[in-house]
Amino acid sequence: MNIWLIMLIGGLLTYGMRFSLIFLFGRFEVPDTMRKALHYVPPAVLSAIIFPELIYPSGNLNLSFGNTRLLAGIIAMLVAWYTKNTLLTILAGMAALLILQLFYT
Amino acid sequence: MSESGKAFWNGVRAEIPLLIGVFPFGMIYGALALNAGLSTPAAQLMSSIVFAGSAQFVTTQLVHDAAPGFVIVLTIAVVNLRHMLYSASLAPYLKNLSLKWKALLSYLLTDEAYAPTILNYEKEGITPVSHWFLFGAGFSLWFNWQVSTALGIFLGAAIPSEWPLDFALPLTFIAMVVPILRNRPMIAAATSAGLIALLAFSLPYKLGIILAALTGITVGTILESGKSPKGML
Repeated sequence: MNIWLIMLIGGLLTYGMRFSLIFLFGRFEVPDTMRKALHYVPPAVLSAIIFPELIYPSGNLNLSFGNTRLLAGIIAMLVAWYTKNTLLTILAGMAALLILQLFYT
Repeated sequence: MSESGKAFWNGVRAEIPLLIGVFPFGMIYGALALNAGLSTPAAQLMSSIVFAGSAQFVTTQLVHDAAPGFVIVLTIAVVNLRHMLYSASLAPYLKNLSLKWKALLSYLLTDEAYAPTILNYEKEGITPVSHWFLFGAGFSLWFNWQVSTALGIFLGAAIPSEWPLDFALPLTFIAMVVPILRNRPMIAAATSAGLIALLAFSLPYKLGIILAALTGITVGTILESGKSPKGML
């Protein structure tokens, strides 16, 4: 699918969800289960992306110490856990990757 | 100044701390979108067509991974489902507005516009001009997002393409996820989704991501049942 079509459909869906209940006020309530389930969207979707990025770095399974992206990712997780600072996490992870790549090449 | 003007600037003022926080993300998005292979106009216009930070980051990652269109669209829908909650939450405050205002304010209804607006409405109640507050908060965020995206695209074009800049995307996601892992259902949702994503990695069309996300959401919801919900999105 063309990127413009993806953006258009994705944008329309997003707009539709933002508009939905403002438009339907009084005629539809968000079910409790859905309200609950929505809390788990960010950890679920983002982890579903993070894990393969770290463990299948170039499309192949790599659980060795030579997997620099996995090691740098683990360092970033520790930084995120202790600092809760987004920019610091990104910088630490990038720095770790660049330094590890120097060691392995 | 008119009452509506005052409400507008109050919205802008309430948004300023969030603008400062969002600006670097707009720049990171702009730089990464180019790096992932989006054209300059596509990268810039996604910020006004989709206008949702986390969905744009996820889209960029999936374009980089060459995921098929329907998987990207489905993922955008799941990531942005939470906007229905904001829509439901603000609906009683906006119910007397014209359809034009409702349509415009819906377009500007992001996480960052919702947060200060609902606080203001709950505290101040509703007045004939209070929709201008949401307009001020939402419009300033929109403007800030367009400018920061453009700056990111401009600076990103100067970064050598052999730098592993694509790694900044998973790092951004790590920075978003790790701090919200504060209770067992959240941790279980994240780890189960991650494990399924690994096991289902070889599924065609990157369908593993959708399967993994749905698994994580289900696991978290089931574990939470019976307990009071904790935390925000």
